[in-house]
Amino acid sequence: MSRYSILIDVTKCNGCYNCFLACRDEYYGNDYLPYSAAQPLNDQFWLKMKEIERGTYPKPKLSYIPTPCMNCETAPCIDAAKNGAVYRREDGIVIIDPEKAKGQERIVNACPYRVIYWNEEKQIPQKCTFCAHRLDEGVKLPRCVESCPTGAMVFGDLDDPQSEIAQLTVKLPVEDYHPEFETKPLVKYVGIPKRFVAGEVVFRGQEGECAPGVSVKLSGGDLDLETVTDLFGDFEFEGLENYGSYKVTVSADGYESRDIEIKMFKDVNLGEIVLEPR
Amino acid sequence: MSEQVFTNCTNAGPVSVYVKDGKVTRMRPLVAEEEDFKPWVIEAGGQKYSPPKKFAVAPYVHADRRRLYSEERIKYPMKRVDFDPNGERNPQNRGKSPYERISWDEALDIVAGEIKRVKDTYGGSAISGMTSSHHNWGIVGYKMGPFARFMNLLEFTPVLDNPDSWEGWHWGATHTYGFYWRLGMPEQYDLLEDSLQNAEMIVLWSNDPDTTRGTYTGQDSALWRQWLKEKGVKMVFIDPFHNFTAGVMEGKWISPRIGTDTCIAMAIAHVWITEDIYDKEYVKERTIGFDQFKEYVLGKEDGQEKTPEWAEGESGVKARVIRSLAREWAAKRTILSGGARGGEGGACRQAYGTEWARMMVLLQGMQGLGKPGRTIWGTTMGAPSDTKHWFPAYADLEGRVSTAHIAKYKPTNPTKQRLYRLTLPDAVLDPPVSWYGEGFCGQSLEQQFTHFEYPMEGYSEIKLFYRYGGSFMGTMSDTTKWVRMYQSPKLEFVVNQDIWFNSETRMADIILPACTNFERDDVGEWGACGGYTCHASSGCNYRIVVRQQKCIDPLWESKSDYEIFRLISERLGTEEEFTDGRTELDWVKAFYDSSDLKGMISWEEFDKKGYQIINISEDYKSTPSLRWFAEGRDCDTPDTNNPKRNTEKAKELGTYSGKIEFVSESLKANFPDDEERPISPHYIPSWEGHHSGMYKKYPLQLLSSHPRFTFHCHYDKHTDWLDDIPVHRIKKDGYAWWPARISSEDAELRGIQSGDIVRLHNHRASVLCIAVITERIRPGVIHSYASSAKYDPLVPGNADSPDRGGCVNMLTPSRMVSKNVPGMTPNSCLIEIEKWEG
Repeated sequence: MSRYSILIDVTKCNGCYNCFLACRDEYYGNDYLPYSAAQPLNDQFWLKMKEIERGTYPKPKLSYIPTPCMNCETAPCIDAAKNGAVYRREDGIVIIDPEKAKGQERIVNACPYRVIYWNEEKQIPQKCTFCAHRLDEGVKLPRCVESCPTGAMVFGDLDDPQSEIAQLTVKLPVEDYHPEFETKPLVKYVGIPKRFVAGEVVFRGQEGECAPGVSVKLSGGDLDLETVTDLFGDFEFEGLENYGSYKVTVSADGYESRDIEIKMFKDVNLGEIVLEPR
Repeated sequence: MSEQVFTNCTNAGPVSVYVKDGKVTRMRPLVAEEEDFKPWVIEAGGQKYSPPKKFAVAPYVHADRRRLYSEERIKYPMKRVDFDPNGERNPQNRGKSPYERISWDEALDIVAGEIKRVKDTYGGSAISGMTSSHHNWGIVGYKMGPFARFMNLLEFTPVLDNPDSWEGWHWGATHTYGFYWRLGMPEQYDLLEDSLQNAEMIVLWSNDPDTTRGTYTGQDSALWRQWLKEKGVKMVFIDPFHNFTAGVMEGKWISPRIGTDTCIAMAIAHVWITEDIYDKEYVKERTIGFDQFKEYVLGKEDGQEKTPEWAEGESGVKARVIRSLAREWAAKRTILSGGARGGEGGACRQAYGTEWARMMVLLQGMQGLGKPGRTIWGTTMGAPSDTKHWFPAYADLEGRVSTAHIAKYKPTNPTKQRLYRLTLPDAVLDPPVSWYGEGFCGQSLEQQFTHFEYPMEGYSEIKLFYRYGGSFMGTMSDTTKWVRMYQSPKLEFVVNQDIWFNSETRMADIILPACTNFERDDVGEWGACGGYTCHASSGCNYRIVVRQQKCIDPLWESKSDYEIFRLISERLGTEEEFTDGRTELDWVKAFYDSSDLKGMISWEEFDKKGYQIINISEDYKSTPSLRWFAEGRDCDTPDTNNPKRNTEKAKELGTYSGKIEFVSESLKANFPDDEERPISPHYIPSWEGHHSGMYKKYPLQLLSSHPRFTFHCHYDKHTDWLDDIPVHRIKKDGYAWWPARISSEDAELRGIQSGDIVRLHNHRASVLCIAVITERIRPGVIHSYASSAKYDPLVPGNADSPDRGGCVNMLTPSRMVSKNVPGMTPNSCLIEIEKWEG
């Protein structure tokens, strides 16, 4: 048994869209029966790039999440299909049979990740196949992974302990995208953005100087984090929960410390936190 | 399954082209044998750094198949329906007339006939023409090759190009540190190794290398920046826009008002001087004129001390941030990354852009430029790279069919008259025009001071314009003038030869369809331009020379540029002089024969295999750029065109004094009283900035950077896959709109939401874009990329009509960098923006 997977490190993705375009080049106008029919010109993104901008000026953050088919171990698309139109290969790759799946539009909606697309002209659902046809030919990588310039995407067999991907998934804080869908996706991620709090500490009466080395604590939920401001007086806490309630405490010798209560409806930029001299 | 695989190369990476039944089905980054790669290793901080065995091409290269078969291809020769070379020409209708298909014979007869007529009537100087800044890859077909060969035979008036991407460095930085043979960009040898081993901080000032990708070298260097990030090298980004490299590298973002970068640089110098934290020994030994510069910074010259507080007032960047940056820059080994290849960046393409570029050199000069980790490095060149094996590149004299010694006949042009690209419309519409500088002044500093007047005594004004590719509407300045120029009756005949319909194509009388590099034979090394940027292929992890094999026959009725010129030459009786009796493949073989590739691989093998990777030798010795200068040694880098190298002046820079010049000897000698490019740099408020009168009506600054998902106008419009990338274009109501990025603050004030169609406007033009509200832009600045290939006026033929294609360059001024500096200034542009209800 093997389970092919892609490990995607969001922190390394620079949003170049090589993966999206390489996929488009492979499949646009090209049938690879029995695995896939040609991708049409419009409205299909077998490798879908999600752009996420967080925070506010002047502390924005930018992330990109490439989303291929997740190749779920309990794939809802397999369940939704009739006549075995969607099946899983020995190597874990989920395939929609372009012939058997004809007319089965409900397969599209079965996917909570929304990575299955309906081809109106051909009346078939379509999605990423991990370039199964190429793997069969002996090519080592799907087009998306082959094209990635930064190593943000790693491909291989999770069940092969010698493989790079297997070793990385043990070492790195790997997570599922949308784990609440409970479909056991084989595609794994590192660094999916959560919520963050940022701010800049300023000393009253000394606005011409940054305030480095100031202690900033964040507590709430089961978190007790601590950091110090950098050379620009900036600080940040990453990886926080949405709707989390937190208290940020800023303290420096000779100054009144400050407590700020926040609730994370979205990323919080506390702006300039001015400390008054004691 | 009769699939064939060909090798070819694009302007951002080599490709393997898969052809089935005569049709290209896919293109992958070139698939090379594993054993051909010998990855270099850099040891730094106890780690070994080595590139993977692959070619990381730019994103749009993956869409080249779509571009090849695009419906935007020019399929047949065409003639404007209301143009009759023997009757009414109707020049006023250029831009709005429809076209009809004609045969090649008819088209060539008209073109040749007009060339003959104009030459006989007015002389060769009445013929002019120009290429665009770039072309498809391959040295035989590259723009200046066949074009120059053909045009020189006609004795035409050449149009000098302005150094568009790096104006301030070319006209300014050269007067601080030389490097005129690199047009103002510094050498970059082995700076990747230097950065991994020594850098503690990198200040990326007006630089988005993950977007501009070292111009031609794709994304090989994206991995280098990842390594530096992982290593913990601090990164600071100075850019009004939180650019894409900033997005992935994170680090500190500093966003100044456009036009005030020089203030920040002055303030940094002020901190260093007043806190005594600069390399005094280096300044004493390796520079001249520091005392006068110091006086200016301390306010003794003009009464204004250049403090961080003063800079805050001008730039909007907090004084304390400038102060802390300055101190860290001094304390830690800091690399200055001022633009894509070390000497570029939007900050130099604006009013007085020379002053910012000069300050970049001088700041590093105060911290020991050339010492370990104290460099000017774009982060996109400088991998360990072989320089022993030469292969011609397009900017080498030996890389062009027009000038290479392998050419038996080298047509020379006796015409001395010149035109200048930036002022071409004015030259036609409202002569005379005059300017200083021979375009790309790579032979000497003095070339910058050559004075030109058009028309020149003894020569004719131009009557025939041969436009070879490109789309200036989206890339030049104040571009509605180009529409007016085309409509002038002074241009009796206009030809446009291109592969796709670009913004100027439908302004010609005759349109000739050319073909891509995939439809003809050629050869080219990835990333190499040679000439004024020699060894640029050090931006690639591996040097690779590609036998660009013809994959398919020219589509529709297109022909290669070379072939088109040959056919016209045939009618003019100069075919032998144009071709040297050679086919394009003959030229390919001749270039191969002239190169060092000959000793590495046989022609037969190279022709068949399709590529040759040139690895570094076992005994590769790294020679970090400018280390020799800092250490007082002879230049030991392979910088071929450094004229002092291997002479008794080999320890010197290319300035008159041989040192870094805080007060420029070359400017003193040539323009001593120029207050706009003074002998020592000054901050001069922009003539179209927050102090100008225009600001009251147009309080937003337009930032039009080099684009991310198109290589200038090469891919946009012709490659609709790119329209699915929202950073590039956003589809709405059946149209793919060009984005304009606006801060939430500016949008709210004007009632604009993301997805609204908005009108960017000033007195020059109106451009319709789609609004993208973002936190990644400084309030007061609108970001919209340059290089839209689509000029789509609501009223075709009307120069004042709003354009909905996204050619924001129409909004930019024609006024140049400064009085004696003929550089373009797209980033000195004030606009307003409103929701478009029409």
